[in-house]
Amino acid sequence: MSDRCTPTRYQTLAISNPDDLYFGTAPRPVRTRQGMVIGGGVVYPELNFTLPPISVEQSTHGRICQQYREIITGALARAVELETPGLVIEFETLPPMTENPQWAIDITKILVDAMEGAHAKHGLLSALRITPNDTREFIRPPVMRSGQKWDDMLATFEGCAAAGAELLSIESVGGKEVHDDALTMCDLPQVIFALCVMGVRDMQFLWTQVSQIAKRHRAISAGDTACGFGNTAMVLAEQKLIPRVFAAVVRAVTAVRSLVAYECGAVGPGKDCGYENPILKAITGYPMAMEGKTAACAHLSPVGNIAAATCDTWSNESVQNIRLLGGMAPTCYMEQLIYDCRLMNRALAHGRESALMLQGWMVESDEGLDPQAYVLAPDHAIAIARSIVVSRDYYTAGKTAALTAVGLIRQGLRSGRLKLNAREVPWLQTMQHAVEELPDRESTFIDQMMGGVDTSKFIAKDYEL
Amino acid sequence: MVNLQNLADAIKVGNRAEATKLTRQAIDEKVGAKEILEAMVGAMDEIGKKFQRNEVFVPEMLIASRAMKESMAVLEPLLVKAGIKPAFTAVIGTVAGDLHDIGKNLVAMMWKGANFGVVDLGTNVSPEKFLAAAKEHKARVVGLSALLTTTMPAMKQTVAALRAANLAGLKVVIGGAPITQEFATEIGADAFAPDAASAVEMVRKLMVA
Repeated sequence: MSDRCTPTRYQTLAISNPDDLYFGTAPRPVRTRQGMVIGGGVVYPELNFTLPPISVEQSTHGRICQQYREIITGALARAVELETPGLVIEFETLPPMTENPQWAIDITKILVDAMEGAHAKHGLLSALRITPNDTREFIRPPVMRSGQKWDDMLATFEGCAAAGAELLSIESVGGKEVHDDALTMCDLPQVIFALCVMGVRDMQFLWTQVSQIAKRHRAISAGDTACGFGNTAMVLAEQKLIPRVFAAVVRAVTAVRSLVAYECGAVGPGKDCGYENPILKAITGYPMAMEGKTAACAHLSPVGNIAAATCDTWSNESVQNIRLLGGMAPTCYMEQLIYDCRLMNRALAHGRESALMLQGWMVESDEGLDPQAYVLAPDHAIAIARSIVVSRDYYTAGKTAALTAVGLIRQGLRSGRLKLNAREVPWLQTMQHAVEELPDRESTFIDQMMGGVDTSKFIAKDYEL
Repeated sequence: MVNLQNLADAIKVGNRAEATKLTRQAIDEKVGAKEILEAMVGAMDEIGKKFQRNEVFVPEMLIASRAMKESMAVLEPLLVKAGIKPAFTAVIGTVAGDLHDIGKNLVAMMWKGANFGVVDLGTNVSPEKFLAAAKEHKARVVGLSALLTTTMPAMKQTVAALRAANLAGLKVVIGGAPITQEFATEIGADAFAPDAASAVEMVRKLMVA
């Protein structure tokens, strides 16, 4: 088994026309075992859920299994009732489940059994996405390529795939050791180091393994997300801790890192919380999961509608299993997602012009209000995507993506297409200057950064540094 | 003669070179350590208030904090000589099972800026470790952070462990995205801080209560 793939770098775009970057349609759709074609002209709901506060341990495992059994039973019943053309269920484990893979496998079996039962009884098409936690970060500094955490994480992937989970995903964290500090200091060079030097190297290693596991089990290597990077920036911006323009530029840079999963065998649908996914869809042509307004149960976002503009599965991110007036929360969210998808699918059924009209409204409703939405508009996502594929290496791609995002935001501001709070504006110049000052060569950049970042926070050899 | 307002201004804009230079100058001119310290803490208070009013972002607060830290290092020998210590020590950490530390780090930074003695235990901290640190450092405050709903039980366990030890005068402050005042009351914490900036005033109030 090879430790690391030789990444196939994308040099052209799969989608270069903004009018081809819309929901439900991907140039390289993904077919599931039961026959759903994700990206093949239909948007599918993707439901995720989590437990209410509870200690996850051996003594509670039985109760937890029962909760998952109730969740999936309720959600599938609602899905059957509302006649969805299919659905994706995401089982995002909790850290103790990744550390005790058998617990995750037990729950996977419960979910798969219920999904297969609904298929047999009602013809309901579905696929299960398994997302183990990247528990490597539980050790500080994280041991990225060996050890118990790594072994357990892979065992969770392997065991859950063997138990019937079909889509393999993770929110990996390579590079996060220095990225959090970079965010709080709004240090763009350090962001580029974390994502495009450290993150890229870790992704190449990790996704080689995940794709090999997928191959062994005839599962689908689906994709990663820069959640711990881009979404942390988004949350900090929402809390007014850092500028929104900074978070928007970070989002553009995250695409460089998340792309590596697809260079190492992933084929989508990309993970829902990767708001960089429109950029990745433009590059790879693979379908993408997205989340937005219907993920308000999990977190606030400034991209509630625009996120749907390019989605192929539409997700609620996560909801606790608590009782609402309409039923248990996952059941209620199943319903909401199905109705969201029905609307998109009606537009698709009416043809491309109708789909583009709805897509246009989704884009227009968000893009002018926040730079994080603005960079995800199809024309802008394509501009950022293009800047990445024409770059000679990941480091250069990170710089170019950042400068492209800054340029797009400036242009939006000038044209009136984008509104910005006055105190945000000077940060555009600060970011541009910081990137323009960076050296041309990656090796020089690495030397500079290794002398500046807190190297006690990571194991350099795990990043080939 | 040194103007301490200039020192405060240098800290507020994060001008480390100027802040340390003015601190040295103040020391050379025999300005009292307490007076210099008060100028620094006042500067951080002001930047904290600006932050609360959404007039500055975190990085601007952090560079101010770094300027204060470097100036404090210059002042430290004088503080030791004068017997001036932080009025109390606060222990802070993210609870067991939770690795999120941005919010916790911000609170620690704000507390240091307010000249609280701060012992940062990091992330994924067990109740036993919190308790041991509270005892070792004779802490008056323990700050607990959690970002996940699934680690809220660990917060409850930590509060229970601290209460069971019956440490005189110890106050427990909790915070984090899923945390509410209701939850703080339910688990027996003394206070809930909804954000990093308010955590300073919260602790000050607890200490005089």
